[in-house]
Amino acid sequence: MDKTINQKAWFLVLPVFLVVAFSAVLPLMTVVNYSMQDTFGNNQFFWNGVGWFKELLDPSTDLGGRFLASLGRNLFFSLVILAIEVPLGIVVALSMPRQGWTVAACLVTLALPLLIPWNVVGTIWQIFGRPDIGLLGYTLNAMGIDYNYVSNAVDAWVTVIVMDVWHWTSLVALLCYAGLKSIPEAYYQAAQIDGASRWAVFKAIQLPKMNRVLLIAVLLRFMDSFMIYTEPFVVTGGGPGNSTTFVSIELVKIALGQFDLGKAAALSLVYNLIILIVCWIFYTVMTNAGAERKVQAESEPAAVPKPSASLKPVTALKPKEGVV
Amino acid sequence: MHSIPGRRLIMALFLIFLLLPIYWLVNMSFKTNAEIVSTMTLWPHAPTLQHYKRIFTDESWYSGYINSLEYVILNTIISISVALPAAYAFSRYRFLGDKHLFFWLLSNRMAPAAVYALPFFNLYSAIGLFDTPWAVALAHCIFNVPLAVWILEGFVSGVPREIDETAFLDGYSFPRFFIRILVPLIASGIGVAAFFCFMFSWVELLLARTLTSVQAKPIAAIMTRTVSAAGMDWGLLAAAGVLTIIPGALVIWFVRNYIARGFALGRV
Repeated sequence: MDKTINQKAWFLVLPVFLVVAFSAVLPLMTVVNYSMQDTFGNNQFFWNGVGWFKELLDPSTDLGGRFLASLGRNLFFSLVILAIEVPLGIVVALSMPRQGWTVAACLVTLALPLLIPWNVVGTIWQIFGRPDIGLLGYTLNAMGIDYNYVSNAVDAWVTVIVMDVWHWTSLVALLCYAGLKSIPEAYYQAAQIDGASRWAVFKAIQLPKMNRVLLIAVLLRFMDSFMIYTEPFVVTGGGPGNSTTFVSIELVKIALGQFDLGKAAALSLVYNLIILIVCWIFYTVMTNAGAERKVQAESEPAAVPKPSASLKPVTALKPKEGVV
Repeated sequence: MHSIPGRRLIMALFLIFLLLPIYWLVNMSFKTNAEIVSTMTLWPHAPTLQHYKRIFTDESWYSGYINSLEYVILNTIISISVALPAAYAFSRYRFLGDKHLFFWLLSNRMAPAAVYALPFFNLYSAIGLFDTPWAVALAHCIFNVPLAVWILEGFVSGVPREIDETAFLDGYSFPRFFIRILVPLIASGIGVAAFFCFMFSWVELLLARTLTSVQAKPIAAIMTRTVSAAGMDWGLLAAAGVLTIIPGALVIWFVRNYIARGFALGRV
């Protein structure tokens, strides 16, 4: 399906372009503007050049120290939750029932945490983990484990991570489930004929088919955990001390708490730049993977005479592909 | 062959893990505050509806739900209606800067809300939309429009090109083809995209809270405010939380058959 070149398509894209430009480009220009200036209040600004950026990237200053520390915490957090959620999500997707009403029941239950407002997610875990009135905190303390997420940094981290796993593993699981559903039955039959083990089936059929959705899952999870704000803010408020202060929390503190426009703007730009770079890497990998698949799909039927007028090419019956 | 050993047990354990904290919230919402603070009970021993009654009779509480729904619905309508033609364009045509534009859109979906909180506050104050549902609805477009384009593009690409060509040969004009043929064909995709716009607008708090003060305050912001002001009214907080889960649960029920495909953004 080759796309035709048509510059008039811009008219179709124009509304989207305008709406997003209004809410993305205009505010970003304000940020760029602020990031180069300093203010003594009263709306008097003076030029500060790249001063804020220098300070931001220098760990010996207050601003730089806070930024780099929160960035480190945030990266560590993102890596930990990816390391837990991706394998767990795959396992849950593989455990989905095959048919019957249980499928719908499981899907709805899985999706439930995703539709709870983020501050309510925070509230749920804030209550659930409290040693005095929460089931989790109470039970742990009754078992003799001294657990208190308000005063103990490790407990706060564990709480925030478990909360994120609770909140978002379903997304990974649902994505993987969608990938698994797209595998034609014939693949499994072929594997059975070949006597492939369960592990071989997973490695040779299921994992390759999940590649694309897994990439989306990792992208979404990395990005969303990298800009996490509401949930840890509600549960721990960034504390105890600064132990769970992630980049967004730090940024909001500087921007809306102290109204330090220049510093906040410089931080915003660097933050955005990091996200843009990571996003670009993922996007390139994703489009390359898509292109590769297309090339594969196009080269294969060349040997077989192509059914010319049919709407759907018969690709479902290629059980040999991908089996050991 | 398809699945792994012990799958029922794994699934059951995971579902329990998901439901237990929610159960605890529901449980607390039916308890009196005295019971919550004094004893540890696994179910309400003296069930009460007082917290729910308070929310449904006090305007400062229930108006929060109405405000939230207002901007969420506005946002969903705006997002879908601008995203549909764009999704068609991205799926069918190649044009100057298409790939860059697509990437730019995608990058906006990933932009942290915290970065935009302050500039949005300035922008919407300057144009007089501050503290209206429109401000929040437009602000949420920054992540929902790209997402809607992304999902819908996947679904439009699933419609064979021959259908367009046949329609144009039959003398359909472009707008008529779009509304009469394409939209019904990707109805499920539109449903999924609307579901996602609803979801992400409904769960977002930071922008919604920053862009409103009195008139359009969302329920999520009311919850945080009241908690800090009135000490800790745990039962009321839990009841308000439970009520925010309900719209989401209803929406999931409607799209349950498309959930899996929808979460893959139409790209399996």
